[in-house]
Amino acid sequence: MSVDSVVTLKNIGKIYDTGVEALKGVNFDFPVGKLSTLLGPSGCGKTTLLKIIGGLIDATSGEVWVNGKPITGPGPDRAFVFQDFALLPWATILRNVSFGLELRGVPKEERFEIARKYIREVGLEGFESNFPHQLSGGMRQRVGLARALTVDADIILMDEPFSSVDEQTRRKFQEDMLDLLQNRHKTVIFVTHSIEEAAYMSDLIVLLSARPGAVSQVIRPGIDRSGKCADDIRRDKKYLDVVDTIWRELKVYLC
Amino acid sequence: MEIFGKKIPFSVSLLFWCVLWELVGWMGLSSIFPPISKIVVAAMTVFTTEKFIKAMEISLRTFALGMSLALVVGIALGTLMARIKIVREILGMWVNIFVSAPISALVPILMGILGIGEATVVATVFLFAVFIIILDTQVGISMADRSLVEMGKSLGASRYQMFTKILVLSALPEILAGIRLGVIRGVKGVVIGQLLISIIGIGELFEFYSMHFLMEEFWSLVIVVFTFAFVLSESIAFFERRVEYYAGNR
Amino acid sequence: MDAQSNHGRRKGYELLRLAASFAFFFGVWELVGRWPLSAAFPSFSLTFMAFLRMIGDGSFLNAYASTLQPLLIGFTICGIIGVGFGIWMGLSRAMEWFSLPVFVILQAAPMAAVIPLITYTYGVGLTAKVLAVAVLSTPLVVMNSYKGIRNTNPSLIQMCRSFQATKTQVVLKIILPQAAGMIFTGLRMGLAMGFVGVVIAELLITPTGIGDLITYHASVADFPEMFAAVSSIILLAAVTINALERIQRRLFPPELQG
Repeated sequence: MSVDSVVTLKNIGKIYDTGVEALKGVNFDFPVGKLSTLLGPSGCGKTTLLKIIGGLIDATSGEVWVNGKPITGPGPDRAFVFQDFALLPWATILRNVSFGLELRGVPKEERFEIARKYIREVGLEGFESNFPHQLSGGMRQRVGLARALTVDADIILMDEPFSSVDEQTRRKFQEDMLDLLQNRHKTVIFVTHSIEEAAYMSDLIVLLSARPGAVSQVIRPGIDRSGKCADDIRRDKKYLDVVDTIWRELKVYLC
Repeated sequence: MEIFGKKIPFSVSLLFWCVLWELVGWMGLSSIFPPISKIVVAAMTVFTTEKFIKAMEISLRTFALGMSLALVVGIALGTLMARIKIVREILGMWVNIFVSAPISALVPILMGILGIGEATVVATVFLFAVFIIILDTQVGISMADRSLVEMGKSLGASRYQMFTKILVLSALPEILAGIRLGVIRGVKGVVIGQLLISIIGIGELFEFYSMHFLMEEFWSLVIVVFTFAFVLSESIAFFERRVEYYAGNR
Repeated sequence: MDAQSNHGRRKGYELLRLAASFAFFFGVWELVGRWPLSAAFPSFSLTFMAFLRMIGDGSFLNAYASTLQPLLIGFTICGIIGVGFGIWMGLSRAMEWFSLPVFVILQAAPMAAVIPLITYTYGVGLTAKVLAVAVLSTPLVVMNSYKGIRNTNPSLIQMCRSFQATKTQVVLKIILPQAAGMIFTGLRMGLAMGFVGVVIAELLITPTGIGDLITYHASVADFPEMFAAVSSIILLAAVTINALERIQRRLFPPELQG
């Protein structure tokens, strides 16, 4: 883990071909090793921003610096988890998880072994030979997460990963993911529209204003997770305060 | 496609091909392809001849008749097959067979029964078009938005109301798709039917021009027929796109 | 009621339904044939007898030996070229701009109109017939291959890019596998049109193959034989295309195409 493993946004702006200005003057430093969330009203450009960081969309103005250098596109330092899972429907789970390594030319046995390890970690052991259509939404997203983990990128970008998943699965997922990321020192940038999710999971919440999106506020929940079980955290006063603060901020944009 | 960052529409592509054809024609590379300018000139003279007008009349008449029959029978049968299990089970296999079978093979039979005249062409157009219309109507109605059907039931819609107010409209995009394909097939039917009979209509003209190697006249007729088929098909496609959203969540 | 006997019952019902379907069709045919509607419409039984006779005396064998040649040759050629071209059109914007308008028109057009021209230019041999098959099949094969490539799920392409895939990798690992189903459909439809092409060519061009069989028997008013010949080609087309459908469902099951 290098010291300056950090993502810096320098004056990012994005105007679509249709003339819509999605982002304007976004400046931010994402701290290394922490889980930061991009949160904001619908259409504020959070997914656009995430994709710009991932190198999947080009910014109209400004630069994204990763590890002290400006980015020129997708890179091995950043792994993306997609909202609609983006799994190959004709490939087994094993192949899907190892796909990132396959594209890098890693030999078959090696990449399958790495994939199996992560399949186990996300709790899908036994499903290696199944196909995506045989799995539930929650399971498919775990495949997506496992795939992102196999390429061993320092930065993981997640685009509303749990929005296509039901509420109960979603909660379990959040808890599992926190466990998974706990000792890996990965920097995670997360997009969600759920206030509770942001408050529960994040070390840092970046609130984006309505279109054109810019950073309107930064909240550090500072919830102490040690020794508490998940349900207690959700009743912790600090957690509830954070949820409240965010809601008050966002309410402005709905009126 | 873009040149210098500007998008060029597809119509320019067609223009490009016309220019190319013109050049090929002038260079005399192949006697089969005279220059477009000559074709246009020939067209002017041919289109005013009585023979041509009569041929177009016959063709349009038989086409319209055959298509109307195909539409009525096609949509009716398609609906019956979608709603009534027995009909679907008995006719299903045959519709599937005839939708991709070489119906042109049946034309000699039609000639034997209906003689070598317009009736055969009407029957040919009908047979070419009807099966795809049946199929797409059936699919459209049976795949109608389930939640709309449930909604209708919950509000106490009668079978008739369910059909006219919900099913037909929900199935409309699919039905229009079937009609569009049916029209294309119908035009093929009118041409093939007349070709095989070869003594009436534009089929006769195609045969005549080919035989006497009157290429300019031939291509002018081809362009007319092809344009007709294309315009008809695109008009229906236009409506199809307008009602695309009727299908809801299939 | 255990699953085994349940399955058996379902199979039984399926066969029953199939039998009823056949019985209905042939029954109506028999009735219409016996009714003095037209001398030219033989009953099913008469046609069936003629059918068997023609298998026996080898007339079908001779006819198809001749007919299948241009069909297979034409279809193979336009299959390979058509699919290749369609893929090229799908991957290259420039090629798309040049070719799409042309093929959209060709797809809707009654290509049969140029068959007389083909015969007068190329004579009555194999070449003319192969061309007739090619001219009718190719637009469909090309358009379907093209559409298959164009309709690739953009989310999957973006996912690939996020893992820094090269353009070649995207084409080979995502676009082609996903387009495979539609390409195969195009081939199926191309074959159906191929049958149409070869039949028209044979009915218009002088005597060979199944077309000859049909016109000959029509000219000497052997209607059962004529009907048998017509039925044979329709049957052949139906069986082959159905077989291809089953193969497609096996090779490219819809759930695995996405």
